[in-house]
Amino acid sequence: MAAVLMFSACGGRGVHPHVAEPYPERLSAWHLFAGEPAALKPNAGVIPYDLNTPLFSDYATKYRFVWMPPGTSATYNETEVFDFPVGTIFSKTFAYPDADQGGKQRIIETRLLVNSRSGWVTLPYVWNREQTEATLDVAADPTTVHWVHPSGTRYTIDYVIPNTNQCKGCHDRSKIVTPIGPKARNLNKDFNYPDGRFNQLAYWTRIGYLKGAPPPDHAPKLAVWDDPASGSLDARARAYLEINCAHCHNPQGPANTTGLYLLAAQTDPMRLGLCKVPVSAGQGSGDLLFDVVGGKPEESILVHRMESTTPKVMMPELGRSMVHREGVALIREWIASMRGKCSEGRSGHL
Amino acid sequence: MSKITVALFAVALSFTLCVSCARRDSGLAAGPDFQKRFQEALIGAKPGAVIDLPEGRLDMDRALSLSVDNVTIRGKGSDKTILSFKNQKSGPAGLTVTSSGFTIEDLAIEDTKGDALKINGANGVTVRRVRAEWTDGPSEKNGSYGIYPVQCKNVLIEDSASIGAADAGIYVGQSSNIIVRRSRAEANVAGIEIENSQFADVYENKATHNTGGILVFNLPDLPVKGGGNTRVFNNEIAENNTQNFGAKGSMVAKVPTGTGVIVLATNHVEVFKNTIRDNNTANVSVISYFTTGNPINDASYYPFPEAIYVHDNVISGGGAAPSGEYADALAPVVGKPMPAILFDGIVNPVKLGPGKRLPDDLRICIQNNGDANFMNYDAGGHFKHVSRDLKPYNCSLAPLSAVNLPAAAAAPPAGGN
Repeated sequence: MAAVLMFSACGGRGVHPHVAEPYPERLSAWHLFAGEPAALKPNAGVIPYDLNTPLFSDYATKYRFVWMPPGTSATYNETEVFDFPVGTIFSKTFAYPDADQGGKQRIIETRLLVNSRSGWVTLPYVWNREQTEATLDVAADPTTVHWVHPSGTRYTIDYVIPNTNQCKGCHDRSKIVTPIGPKARNLNKDFNYPDGRFNQLAYWTRIGYLKGAPPPDHAPKLAVWDDPASGSLDARARAYLEINCAHCHNPQGPANTTGLYLLAAQTDPMRLGLCKVPVSAGQGSGDLLFDVVGGKPEESILVHRMESTTPKVMMPELGRSMVHREGVALIREWIASMRGKCSEGRSGHL
Repeated sequence: MSKITVALFAVALSFTLCVSCARRDSGLAAGPDFQKRFQEALIGAKPGAVIDLPEGRLDMDRALSLSVDNVTIRGKGSDKTILSFKNQKSGPAGLTVTSSGFTIEDLAIEDTKGDALKINGANGVTVRRVRAEWTDGPSEKNGSYGIYPVQCKNVLIEDSASIGAADAGIYVGQSSNIIVRRSRAEANVAGIEIENSQFADVYENKATHNTGGILVFNLPDLPVKGGGNTRVFNNEIAENNTQNFGAKGSMVAKVPTGTGVIVLATNHVEVFKNTIRDNNTANVSVISYFTTGNPINDASYYPFPEAIYVHDNVISGGGAAPSGEYADALAPVVGKPMPAILFDGIVNPVKLGPGKRLPDDLRICIQNNGDANFMNYDAGGHFKHVSRDLKPYNCSLAPLSAVNLPAAAAAPPAGGN
C-alpha cells in the first residue's frame, strides 16, 4: 500500500516540494491537488486528516492535508507536535457555502505550513473569485464573505486572511514556528479515507508517514468538544480551550507573560484562570475581577472575552470575527459546574 | 591635483557620503494600500533594514507586526508621520514587535484599540521621539499601554511621549537593563511604570496630569518575578490628579487619584532629585503588596519593599484632596493636607533585628527632602499607630549603580537626526 502511494507520486505530476526561498507565487506550483483546483482532490501522497477538536475559524469549512517526501516519516511524540521531516507540507484550506451562488462552495484561502531547510515557514495563498488559482500574498487584505448556513441563515463577515507574521503569532513555541494541530491526542481518531475508515495514527504508520506510534488505544486522546460520548464536560471544555487558546496561553507561548495556561494537561486551577486576577487584560476584563469564577460564567473574564468581537477585548485576538456560540455555551456550562468562591480580598488602595 | 589624488579623493568622498545611505532599503510613499505595503515591508525586511515612512496622517484599520531582527522604522517626526488607528477593525495592538535589535523613531501612533506599541521578548529596543496618544483624552475605552516593552533586555526609551493610556503610558514590564529618559507621560492612569523589572533608570522625564505619576511595582503571579534596582531621578512629577479611568479590578485601578511616585513591594529603589509637587493624595508612597488588598497565592513572591532610599527631592503642595480609601479612612484620622511622603508601615517581621529595626542595608531611608512631611500610617494595624516621626528613617543607603546599555542601543544611529 505504501509503495503504491509513494511510486505513483514519482512520475511528473506528483507534489513539488519547496524547502527554500523563493517560494512559488501560485499554489498550483506545489501540485498538492490533481485535476480541477477547486475540487481539492489530493495528489498522491497528500493525505487528508482531521482533529478531535479543531480551532474555531468563523464556521469555515476546513480541509486539512499533509504530505511528506517519499521515504521520510514523522517521529511520534506522546505530548508534543511530532518531529516531521524537512519537506513536510501541511495545507489547510478554508471555504464557505457562498450565499451569492446558492450555497456553492467558495474557497477563500489555503495556508501552507512547510518544513523548510531553515524551519517551518508559513505561506498564505489567496484564491481568486474564479476559483482557478490561489496566489501567495504575505499581507492580504480582508475579504467580504457572504455565506449561508445549512439552516438557511445568511452571514456577512469581514474575513481576515492572516499575514505571515500573524501566522507566526499563533504558530510560536518559544519563538520557533511550529505546527499546532498534529499532536497524538488530536490526531488519535478515525477518518473516512477513500480506502476505508481507519484510525489516523494507525493509518499514518501503515503508509510510512509515522514511526514509533503505540497502538491507538495506548496513545493519548483529546475529547471531541461537541460529542458528549467522547468525554466528560470537563474533558471536552479542556479540549476546546486547548485548541483555541493554548497555542498562546502556555509557558512557551506568546501569551506566557499572562500566567494563564490552558493546555488540557494543566492541573493548577489558578493557571486555568480560577480566581486569577488578570494581568494585562485592561478593558478586556469588562470590569470583571477574575478570569474564571466557579459557578458564575457571567462573572468570568474568559467568557466575556470569548463573547466579544471588539479588537483588544476579544479572545482569541486573531483568527475569528464571529462569536462561536456553541463553544461559548460549552465553556459557560463548564464554569457553571464549578464550585468555590473567589475571595476578593479587602477592597484595597495603594 | 594628480589623477590619482583626484581618484582617491573621489573614493573617499563617496565613502563619506554613503555612510548614511547604505541601508535605506525601503522608503514607503503614502497613498492607497499604504498599510498593506507597510506590512509587506515589515515582513520582507532583511536584518539591518531601515524602513522610512512618509509624512502624513496614515490610516490604519488593522494591526501591524514585525518579527525580523535589527530593523529600524523611521518617520519624519512625531508630529508629521502619524499612524492613525481610529478606524481599527482587527488586531489587538497598533504595532507589535517580537524581534530584537529594534529601533523606532520620529513617528506617532494614535488611537489604537489596544496597546499602541508593544515589544515582546526583544533584546535591544530603542524607542526615540515616538508619541503614543489617544486623541480624545482619558477614557476607559482607550488602549491599555502606550509604549510597552515586556520581557525585553536592553531597552532605551527617550524623548518620547505617551498620552491617554488606560493603564500605563510608558510601561516596562518583566524586563532588565532599562533607561526611560527625557520623555513625557500625560493624562494616562499610570504615567511611567516599571514592573517586575531589574536595573532601570528613569530620569529627566515629565509625568504630569496622570492618575499616578511614576510607579515602581513588583507583583506576584507573573513569569518574571523579583523586580528591583530602579533609580527614579531628576524627573518632574506634578499635578497627577486625573481621575482614575483604569479597568475596574485591574491593579492600576487601585492607584489613588493624586499620587506622585509609588513604590510597591520592589527592593532597591532610589528616588532622588525629583521635583514632586501638587499630587493631591500623596507625593510619594511606599507600600507592601498587602495594602493592595489582593490575596497572595504565589509562594515565591516577596511582598515587602526594602532598601528604599528617598532623598534630595524637592517636594511641595498636594495632599489636599486625597482619593479613595485614603479619603475615607485615613484623612479623618490624619487631617488634610495629607503628608507628602507615606509609608504603609508593613515590614517583614522575620527580618527585624534588635530594636525591631530592619538591617541597615534593607531600611526605608528618607533624607534631605526639605520640609516634606511624612507618615507611617500603620496599615497593618488598621491605622491605630500612625506616626509622623521621620527619625527612624533618617538614614542613607549606598547609591544604586547607573544602568549601562550596550553602545548600539544608547547611541543615535549613523546619519540620524
